[in-house]
Amino acid sequence: MKVLAAMSGGVDSAVAAARAVEAGHEVVGVHLALSRMPGTLRTGSRGCCTIEDSMDAQRAANILGIPYYVWDFSERFKEEVVDDFIAEYQAGRTPNPCMRCNERIKFAALLEKALALGFDAVCTGHYATILTGDDGQLELHRSNAYAKDQSYVLGVLTEKELKHAYFPIGASASKDDIRAEAAARGLAVANKPDSYDICFIPEGDTQDWLNDKLGEIDGNIVDRTGNVLGQHSGAHGFTIGQRKGLNIGRPAADGKPRFVLEIRPKTNEVVVGSHAALAVIELAGSRFTWCGSAPVDATTWFDADVQVRAHADAVPCQAAVVDGEIVMKLRDPLMGVAPGQTAVLYVGTRVLGQATIDRTVSAVAVEAEALA
Amino acid sequence: MAIYLDYAASVPINAEVLATFTEALTVSGNASSTHSFGQTSRMMLEESREQIALAVGCDRSEVIFTSGGTESDNLAIKGLFWQRRGEDSARNVIVSAYTEHHGVIDPIEWLETHEGAEVIWLPVLENGQVDLKALENVLLDRANEVALVSLMWANNETGVITDIQAVTALAAKHKIPVHSDAVAAFGHMSTNFADSGLAAMSITAHKVAGPVGVGALILSRASKVTSLIHGGGQERSVRSGTMNAAGAKAFAHAAELAVKNLDQHIRHTDSLLAKLRESIETSIAGARFSRADAPGLSMNAHYTFEGLKSDGLLFLLDQAGFAVSAGSACQAGVARASHVLLAMGRSEDEANACLRITFGLETTAADIDAFVQALVPAVESARQAN
Repeated sequence: MKVLAAMSGGVDSAVAAARAVEAGHEVVGVHLALSRMPGTLRTGSRGCCTIEDSMDAQRAANILGIPYYVWDFSERFKEEVVDDFIAEYQAGRTPNPCMRCNERIKFAALLEKALALGFDAVCTGHYATILTGDDGQLELHRSNAYAKDQSYVLGVLTEKELKHAYFPIGASASKDDIRAEAAARGLAVANKPDSYDICFIPEGDTQDWLNDKLGEIDGNIVDRTGNVLGQHSGAHGFTIGQRKGLNIGRPAADGKPRFVLEIRPKTNEVVVGSHAALAVIELAGSRFTWCGSAPVDATTWFDADVQVRAHADAVPCQAAVVDGEIVMKLRDPLMGVAPGQTAVLYVGTRVLGQATIDRTVSAVAVEAEALA
Repeated sequence: MAIYLDYAASVPINAEVLATFTEALTVSGNASSTHSFGQTSRMMLEESREQIALAVGCDRSEVIFTSGGTESDNLAIKGLFWQRRGEDSARNVIVSAYTEHHGVIDPIEWLETHEGAEVIWLPVLENGQVDLKALENVLLDRANEVALVSLMWANNETGVITDIQAVTALAAKHKIPVHSDAVAAFGHMSTNFADSGLAAMSITAHKVAGPVGVGALILSRASKVTSLIHGGGQERSVRSGTMNAAGAKAFAHAAELAVKNLDQHIRHTDSLLAKLRESIETSIAGARFSRADAPGLSMNAHYTFEGLKSDGLLFLLDQAGFAVSAGSACQAGVARASHVLLAMGRSEDEANACLRITFGLETTAADIDAFVQALVPAVESARQAN
């Protein structure tokens, strides 16, 4: 088939493209330009859209002997990922921009463009596996390289997108294998460091970057019963579960530290409370998609596992669609889950679907905490 | 076999020029050395200078060899600015237009940022021509403050030709020097330096089927520039550095051929342009010839296609075996919105939807036919991909 290999300039996508070539596909390498003003050189472990990264991708494509192009998605990226990131923080939520990028750029804008230009599939260097289920439908599964598994950030893929997604290194045992393979293939990116940070925040300091975009707005720090405990200079500067930097003079009645429990953008309030009150027992979101074919009857409670961060373990839950919302009742409480985070549902290794968390239910009632 | 239709980016090296170049590379000796080897090299350099002077229409002492167009532009703009402001501190204004090549825009903006220069960007008409009435007014108002005027002879993207004599006539009234980036024009239209009234003119070898890496600033004997590169004092003490004698020889040969074949080149490309325009404009709706009624280079057809982005179109055409261009790309290789079209008042969408097809003596009518045949479905697909 005709494959568009999305090449970030990193080792994973380079080896993925190499395997696609080796599998006999007709492969074209494309680097996505996501920034209008790309930096010249990469710094540390950050980013994938500097000119140096684009050159790395081009060198890899040259070595593989495939055509290479740079396509500009900077405008779409700004609208769909960067602006969304800011808006989510502004709304008191904690977004995952990499998921948005997969959902709206790599497997939407890029995939649509690729299909219109005559490609059959988009190949990336993600660690996840696409399998055919018993019913003959495509399913997304965790990678064998469990430590590198990226099925979480691919949870946004829909049935149609799965049909055109291709993860040649998805079943690899480990990242070390991929690096060794890159070296053996003569790819200069073999030892390039992994990228971890948010690619569009050049200095890596999210709070600083948000302050710059959103400015400082003074507001109150309150407890769950509404008592004002202190002041802050911008609710977006806080994350759920945060303990340090609250600057509350008075200690709690029980002498224990306080944690950020909730951010209320409408009133610009930051709610704090005990560590125990961070525990949530239920998650729900109205923005959800199924990855592959939808369950026959999602309105009936079913057993699943839910993962709320890219590098967290999945925990058992019961899930069902109730009044247009997918509700996940956790068997054991999870600490510090923020609205805006994505909950990905698994059954075994299979990704069932995902939801952006709109609300959480605390494991500790307000009265109980007040009494404590 | 791929068909090359990107002559404005670089003209394929001429076989005779290549032979001259490779032979010249075997000559040992530094042209500044006094021994016989040095003298042989120097002779080659000076013969080349005379040959270029003949092709350009200037005195041989007016040819300053450089590494290419961008260096020539930088030398002319920064050099003239510093020289003129050094002589008269009131002369702090540079007049130019935003349709210029980045080789001109960027040094001007650099002077604005780092040297406190004031820049007047002249208005551009919808057909890409610079508004010369506005130039006249600027010169009347600010005559005593203008350090230089820089306007390109032909635009590298749209092919629009500037009436350089009209520009220099206006500037001459106030004794203001004019520089022209003639990189796109030289060898593709008549550009006689002596008749032009210019103080300085940039040219480069690889746009006239010579090698990359050698160019010249034609600097009138009456004009002084402050040097940007200091060292051994070569090239009228304006441009230090060991002289590229072999490159100069290849450039001279290429320039001579370009001028000798100019009439034939223009006749040939004129007929290809007419054919291309007719085919495109009858078979593709929403295709707009960028320079409209403005005079332009016969080897250049620049279009915008409604409802698409250049990157998709360029990809499809490259896959189909046609090398064309969107005008300019950023350092990372992204086809970006044409600053030339934006300066002409076109929208961001239009500036992202352009295609430049440029050709030369080696291009055949069959190449043009084959190209249009590939272009029609490519435009269709690129529109769907948008």
